[in-house]
Amino acid sequence: MSILQIIFLLAALATLFCAVKVVITTRMMHSAFWLVGALLGIAVLFAMLESRFFVVVQVLVYIGAIAILIIFAVMLTRKIMDENQQRMNQLWGLAFIPAGGVLAGLIYILSRWNAFNTTARTAPVNGEDIEALGKALVSPTGFMLPFEVSSILLLAALIGAIFVSYDRKGGGR
Amino acid sequence: MSFVADPINFIADWLSKLLLGWGLPPDLVMVLLFIIGSGLLATVAMLWVTILIWYERKIIGRIQDRFGPNRVGPYGLFQSIADMIKIFTKEHISPDGVDWFPFTIAPIIAVGAVLAVWAVIPFSANFVGTNLSVGILFILAIGGIGEFGIVFGGWGSNNKYALLSAFRAVAQLISYETPYVICFLIPVMLSGSMNLNDIVKAQDPWFIFLAPLGALIFFITSIAEVGRTPFDLAEAESELVAGFNIEYSGLKFGMFYVGDFLHSFTISLLFAALFLGGWKGPWAEQIPVLGFVYFFIKSSAAYFLVILLRASMPRFRIDQMMDFTWKVLTPLSLTVVSMTALVDKLLPANLIWVRIGGLILLNIIIFIATDRLLDIYWKKPLFQKNNQVEDASKASSVKLGAG
Repeated sequence: MSILQIIFLLAALATLFCAVKVVITTRMMHSAFWLVGALLGIAVLFAMLESRFFVVVQVLVYIGAIAILIIFAVMLTRKIMDENQQRMNQLWGLAFIPAGGVLAGLIYILSRWNAFNTTARTAPVNGEDIEALGKALVSPTGFMLPFEVSSILLLAALIGAIFVSYDRKGGGR
Repeated sequence: MSFVADPINFIADWLSKLLLGWGLPPDLVMVLLFIIGSGLLATVAMLWVTILIWYERKIIGRIQDRFGPNRVGPYGLFQSIADMIKIFTKEHISPDGVDWFPFTIAPIIAVGAVLAVWAVIPFSANFVGTNLSVGILFILAIGGIGEFGIVFGGWGSNNKYALLSAFRAVAQLISYETPYVICFLIPVMLSGSMNLNDIVKAQDPWFIFLAPLGALIFFITSIAEVGRTPFDLAEAESELVAGFNIEYSGLKFGMFYVGDFLHSFTISLLFAALFLGGWKGPWAEQIPVLGFVYFFIKSSAAYFLVILLRASMPRFRIDQMMDFTWKVLTPLSLTVVSMTALVDKLLPANLIWVRIGGLILLNIIIFIATDRLLDIYWKKPLFQKNNQVEDASKASSVKLGAG
């Protein structure tokens, strides 16, 4: 077993441990902190593939934006300072159905996937070709349609946020 | 390569030859050199903070018609070293009910996230820690991690004031990150690269001449990212006692303090690298050590402006601060970026003076238009009515009293 494989196993175990902790901790704030750990673990996996761009984007988007927003939302909830919060409600049994369905689907797909034996390719030494990525995002033969669809989705989210927060009685704030 | 012209690379070369001569494998030598280099850079940065604190206290003293520190050493130069020794000897106090892990790691993140930015800053023509191809994104990502220093500190302290302060700080950082990130696009667009060294090399006229408004917005928002005085709502003493670091004592508090000063200087370094030409200057390419001198002169000038702002501006109110970023800076930065992209493509790139003149004219037009629009908004009946709500309520209460 090479050093890289040991590092991979450690990083993967740490990521999984953090991910499990996200679900089982009693304090909501701690779950948010463990989530940061799990996301950092994924950044480490990207780093092992020598993909600088994805490491940085993973940290920037998931930790810098999404995790911060989650923490922001948790801070807005009541009684976050309390110990031993209730993390289940009466419907926890029903949650088994979708969770089990997703698990079964994942197992089914992964069992039919025959790419487990391919060795991972690492990015070239001077970083991957970001220019090619940028061009692929705006070229009609590349990913232009998904790119534009996602921007329309974001625009809809923006307009929705304005609609929700807008005070129509003309009171200003 | 001689010692005088480029001491750091000279020493690095000598050291790597020495270590290779001992028969160490080349990979290990590289790792060792990185460890030594980052350790040295971090130590130099931390020692530099003592000078920064002295510089800031001296200037603020002068502005407030005092002498500033003047007892310890020549011109009070060793005052911060005395303070440092004092803070080393203080007791660590952990209050009851702290959340141990976030509480302990918060000061480390606060300093580490700032020091990590130094890894990608080009200090001279051939001295840069890591020549990262996505340097700009790296800086933004590290900024996101730096926010956790505040969140962890505020949460872990088990103190309502600290939590409230962390809350404010996060709201401020998220809001100001929008124009901040958009303004990072301007140097990237003008140079066609996200590598900081390439951006510095591309600044034939400094980018501040091509995008003065972008530079101004970047400067304002980066001060807000640090949480310096016009934007230091997270540490408003009159409202929050001391801010998110209220429960910290001894060296842990010292680390927050050092991180704060280092962060202010780091944004000056970034401003100098992105808009003031970085290490560029006469003969900086031939004699790299001159690049250091130019870079530090430029960033010290930017830091001087930061201190002047701190000494002369009152603190914003929280709603004013949010209005300023969402209603003024964000639309303005979007306009500046799109218009700069459009006009720069239309102007001939080889006629340098036409390019500078055209872009400066564009910036002046945008600035005047913003000023006019704000003026109109100010005089709008809706705004006037909102402002008069307080007066009206006062008047009605007087009437009730009279009735």
